[in-house]
Amino acid sequence: MDRKRPMVALTAFFSLLLLYLPAAAVAVFSVNSARIGFAWKGFTLKWYARLLHNEYIQEAAVNSLLVAAVSTAVATVLGTALALGLDRVPWPRKAHRVFDVVINLPVVVPDIIMAVSLTLAFTLLRQLSGVFALGMSTLIIGHITFQISFVTLVVRSRLASLNKETDEAARDLFASNFYLFRRVTLPLIMPGVLAGAMLAFTLSLDDFIISFFTHGPESVTLPIYIYSSLKRGLSPEIYALSTVMLLFTVLMVLIAERFTRRL
Amino acid sequence: MTESTGRKARKMISWRGDVRDARELRLAGLALAGPPLVWLATLLALPCAALALVALAARGPYGQIVWSFSAANFKRLLGYGLFGWSPDFLLILLRSLEVALVTTVVCVLLAYPLTFHIACRPRKARVWWLTLIIVPFWTNVVVRTYAWLLLLSPQLPPAKLAAWAGFVPPGGALYPSELAVYLGMVSTFLPFMALPLYASVERLDWDLLEAARDLYAGRWTVFRQAILPQTLPGLSVGLVMTFVPAMAMFVVSDILGGAKQMLVGNLIQLQFGQARDWPFGAMLSMALMIMTLASLALCRRRPKNL
Repeated sequence: MDRKRPMVALTAFFSLLLLYLPAAAVAVFSVNSARIGFAWKGFTLKWYARLLHNEYIQEAAVNSLLVAAVSTAVATVLGTALALGLDRVPWPRKAHRVFDVVINLPVVVPDIIMAVSLTLAFTLLRQLSGVFALGMSTLIIGHITFQISFVTLVVRSRLASLNKETDEAARDLFASNFYLFRRVTLPLIMPGVLAGAMLAFTLSLDDFIISFFTHGPESVTLPIYIYSSLKRGLSPEIYALSTVMLLFTVLMVLIAERFTRRL
Repeated sequence: MTESTGRKARKMISWRGDVRDARELRLAGLALAGPPLVWLATLLALPCAALALVALAARGPYGQIVWSFSAANFKRLLGYGLFGWSPDFLLILLRSLEVALVTTVVCVLLAYPLTFHIACRPRKARVWWLTLIIVPFWTNVVVRTYAWLLLLSPQLPPAKLAAWAGFVPPGGALYPSELAVYLGMVSTFLPFMALPLYASVERLDWDLLEAARDLYAGRWTVFRQAILPQTLPGLSVGLVMTFVPAMAMFVVSDILGGAKQMLVGNLIQLQFGQARDWPFGAMLSMALMIMTLASLALCRRRPKNL
């Protein structure tokens, strides 16, 4: 009905411009052969080739993927257990209210405060136990902490959509607790668990603030590498790296879309 | 087992097609939910609460926390320093509020036309538009901000245009500036506003809009009476998802704003980083937290008196 609304269409396209123009500029200059300055000196892929030879970038990429993989695995198990423990047990209403506050904390609390809290927790734990030096382990623990809630929220919404009758039917057929979980509940919530895991993985790869506060000198991730490279100014190598990361995001979104449409 | 039944009658309940001992069931639930709850409590809930205590402590000569309970940090936040009163920190808090508010308002102003435009596309085009909004939602904030830094640098058309119009000296960049911060903020948070809003706009009952127009409602009245109430659920989610992280933002203001555009996020980072004044950083975090919670409460109350 809004066919004759040029302003609406114009604003929509302006929004897209705002979202994509900077990224487009990065992509264009990532294939420009000029080292300094912005004059077009011809197409090249040498900056991409350099990425493959840059040890620091390789290490950061490995760190990013390792942290994302490990933290996602742990957070998916913990988050799913939390969702099951809360939803499949008749807790009193008051207990539910307390649980809800704790689960929603990472969603509501600004991430810089979460990062500061984690720093404080690690310092206190370090004084108590002697471990928890800032590094790979604190980075992974930090990521798990904000991932758990998101996994729980996704799995819970899946659990809420299942009906009681399936459980009752299984019980009528003398299903044991373990059999009920293994053969009925788990297959039914699996799409939710996978969606939660995917969300957690993307959040981890994407995170900067929590990582910035909890990483150690030898556990630099890609966003932290780019941030610290700013001190040396703009460089075509970083354009290439940014473009690769952007394309990776596009790929993840497309896969996620395929994935959710099939469910 | 007979002993326990003798001591206390077991309370059996019917639960999802089975008869279970209520206590046993709860123990099983605790075995599942316990570890993640303890994890979240020790690493998040308790340290968050502990920040309130640290805020009352003082900074030792080597940056350690000295447990002397006083309101010194609070006074410092209000501007009472060694050299009399100066409202520097209050101004930074106010500016964070202002930047977050302006960012949110601009995002709303862009998101309504954007989502209406998408909702009016044919089915296939809608999927493409949505994908185009979702991708920036997931791109890393450092990468996006870096891209703005490149786009606003002196040799590229935007800065040249601004120099020609006399806004910046010739050969100057468009950053660090307030404009650069807002461009970075709006492009970061627009998807956070547009996606939840779209969920509401998609389900809009267009007949109500036509009915309003048939009754000679002006444009503003149509929006106020027919569109706003219907899109309020999505809008309020979008407001929270934009405003809360915008208040705490420090990457965009750090990279595009420079020292003049410091926000409370940068100040907190500074206290926990270079300055090593954790107690004052904790006090600033508490201030940010209270402002965030207050705005959340305000947003929750709003629908009732609309």
